[in-house]
Amino acid sequence: MTRFSKFTALFLLAAVPFLDLPDYYMHVLILILIWGFVYTGWSIMGRFGLVSLGHGAFLGIGGYTVGMLWNFYGITPWLGIPIALILATIVALIVGYPCFQFRIIGHYFALVTLALAEVVRLVIIGMRDYTGGSLGMTPQRYGEGMSVYAFQFVEKDYFYVIVLLSWVFGIWVWNLVDGSMARYSMEAISDDEDASASVGINVTREKLKITILSAWLTAFGGVLYGQYQMYLNPDTIAGISVSLQIVFASIVGGMYVALGPTVGAVITILLSESLRILVGVELAGLDGTIYGIMLILFIIFLPRGILGSGWAKPLEILRFPKDKPG
Amino acid sequence: MLELNNLTAGYGSFQALFSVNLEVKDGEAIAVIGPNGAGKTTLLRTISGMLPVQSGNLSMEGTSLKDVPPYRIIDLGIAHVPENRRLFPSMSIEDNLRMGAFTPNARPHYEERLDFIFNLFPRLKERRSQIAGTLSGGEQQMCAIGRALMSSPKLLLMDEPSAGLAPVIVNQVFQLVQQIRDQGLTVLIVEQNIEQVLQIVDRAYLMEVGSIKISGKAGELIQSESLRKAYVGL
Amino acid sequence: MIFDIFLVEAIINGILFGGVLALLALGLNLVFGVVDVVWICYAELVMVGMYSIYWGNNHFGLPLVICVVIAIFAVALLGFLIHFLVIRPILGTPPINQLLVTGGLLFFMQSLATLLFTGDFRNLGLHLPVLELAEMYISFSRLIAFVTALLAMVALYMFLKRTYLGAAIRAISQDREVVVLMGVNPQRVYLVASALGGGLAGLGAALLILQYDVHPLIGISFGPITFMICVLGGLGNMIGGFIAAFVMSQLISLGGFFLETEWGYVIAFVFFIIMMFIRPQGLFGNRS
Repeated sequence: MTRFSKFTALFLLAAVPFLDLPDYYMHVLILILIWGFVYTGWSIMGRFGLVSLGHGAFLGIGGYTVGMLWNFYGITPWLGIPIALILATIVALIVGYPCFQFRIIGHYFALVTLALAEVVRLVIIGMRDYTGGSLGMTPQRYGEGMSVYAFQFVEKDYFYVIVLLSWVFGIWVWNLVDGSMARYSMEAISDDEDASASVGINVTREKLKITILSAWLTAFGGVLYGQYQMYLNPDTIAGISVSLQIVFASIVGGMYVALGPTVGAVITILLSESLRILVGVELAGLDGTIYGIMLILFIIFLPRGILGSGWAKPLEILRFPKDKPG
Repeated sequence: MLELNNLTAGYGSFQALFSVNLEVKDGEAIAVIGPNGAGKTTLLRTISGMLPVQSGNLSMEGTSLKDVPPYRIIDLGIAHVPENRRLFPSMSIEDNLRMGAFTPNARPHYEERLDFIFNLFPRLKERRSQIAGTLSGGEQQMCAIGRALMSSPKLLLMDEPSAGLAPVIVNQVFQLVQQIRDQGLTVLIVEQNIEQVLQIVDRAYLMEVGSIKISGKAGELIQSESLRKAYVGL
Repeated sequence: MIFDIFLVEAIINGILFGGVLALLALGLNLVFGVVDVVWICYAELVMVGMYSIYWGNNHFGLPLVICVVIAIFAVALLGFLIHFLVIRPILGTPPINQLLVTGGLLFFMQSLATLLFTGDFRNLGLHLPVLELAEMYISFSRLIAFVTALLAMVALYMFLKRTYLGAAIRAISQDREVVVLMGVNPQRVYLVASALGGGLAGLGAALLILQYDVHPLIGISFGPITFMICVLGGLGNMIGGFIAAFVMSQLISLGGFFLETEWGYVIAFVFFIIMMFIRPQGLFGNRS
């Protein structure tokens, strides 16, 4: 992708609010950007073989921390967000440090993170007196629901700009990691931990850096989701289901390419939305059935995802070139 | 009995055997000797079908082994005592031996073979229900040989039976091999312990970087000047 | 002393719950140990079994026992097919792909169940008696489930100990390369273990439908805890998995008694995470 086409694409995306699209289309676009951002955050670590099945934990921590601080103490999300990120960092450290120190990798790592996702979901449900439990909670509306102070934008155009900026930031971070020394260390580590350690790579520290970065983006994604939907539910924002959803969309799109996870978001959201419109809600579960089959076929035949695979030449334009020095 | 003609094999794109010719006649004991990394283990693994043949041929009693799936090799009468013994560490001696008689052809003879092996290794009989992982090195070697013998093989492949054992035990292991020979079994043994192995086999092949360098009668080889200089260190 | 009676009741219920968990963990462990793949969708196999019993009994009016037999065979076939169609093609790829592909199956089965049966909660409408024992109330269905699970585990243990195929299953989990030298075709053992794992899920389904309503998402309530028991017990270690099941079910039951059920699960999961750090080889595994 040349610089020119990149800017053209960005310009077109930025021009969307002026097109005066119906709310529904804006809604779908916003969802795609939020989830694209979250998936990108996951793939920052997923691409290095750190397959976390627990990112729902960070999503939940982000959404609920900001929502609860606002509802109970009136603390503005502008302060709530850094607190949420600090909490996400602490959780990432508590689970990540021993995991990496004790060389818990592969499916053991996946299962530990899965337990983490469930712990966060169950803690939210268990604290039902404060969080509303399984019924979910609604951040209190501030005035007309349009306030920078409360980070609430009932007008979709405004929220669109915010999520677009966040998404661009996410892609920028992804590319930053892609072009950094950390990438080489992490690739070496995912190839052979012992060999990497013996050439002086601090395996634990490199993994922690990537994990914390990924946790930050995901937690912030949780904040965006909560502030946009103005509703939080432990089953949709924490726990196994959403954690698996994150992993799978990233795989379908292709986690080794910057725009891959976003393409995963586009595919999954368009699939469920179009099926909802075409066949209606009576056939609930149809989208998941098709999606499940798609996932199985993808992992068997195209483990590098749509963008990562050779046959997707027509989509090649969406790939960022690997134009790193040296 | 076993014939290898211009056999070439390896791991993926890495070639480990270069047109190896080797013959084992009925009732013979043959040693393949050579330094570490010469391809001796690869040779045995190729015979057992654990590695695919790249070119050339190998046959057992006239049957080509090239297209026989690895788990069918044992039905042709070839049993393999792998490198490092590879017992099932958390199973008992008896269960390990039972695995040796896994093939449908061997199962009806289980009791009779078990008696035969317990006769050969009374030590195993005493400890039949002990967990294999807790045995000493020598006992593990007995168990591994016993496991291979359970299928009543015609040809026994042995990969470095003396490796990692104390000198006293090494002597015992070579005595064992002698005993097995006396039972009329054909043996193909891979060893680094050249001096000792040459005393119990009929013929030997010297292997270096994947191909056979010298071959001949054991008695002659042990006198061979070049072999003595290079490997025996005398 | 009312308090104590309730505590004892919670402990007993924990033990009874542990029986079914142990059975499920055993089935998963069998597949995990032999094929070295974690079926993330294992609890969804249980869900499929529960629906087939419900459907056979409620829709076709078949006797419950027949339904249970059909369910066991149907889920065993499903396990066979999962290995044959989905796992086998990617056995050579990184293990995480094999784990993830079963995640795809999880979505597929959950959604297909939603599509076919909607999200409604369904049950057999059985009313099994509640036993009263020294002022404690113990559900009869839990007791049946516990006893059946124990019997099934003994049967499986005998199979693994006494038969050649059983020995091969144990052997392959210790050294999957060397068994080939003994004439074992690993692909066949993988299929047997997968079918057996499926059959145990089918049996688990029969025991769970006595106590719980079936709905498309029920797998989420049993799946994670089953993986954790399986890993805690140690790979391929049947006794370890058995004990781990009772440790976890006690944590859940007592946590639920002193606090609330969710906190019981939170304690169990946190215990799992900590144990993974202290003893990554499982509670009873030997470090290799």
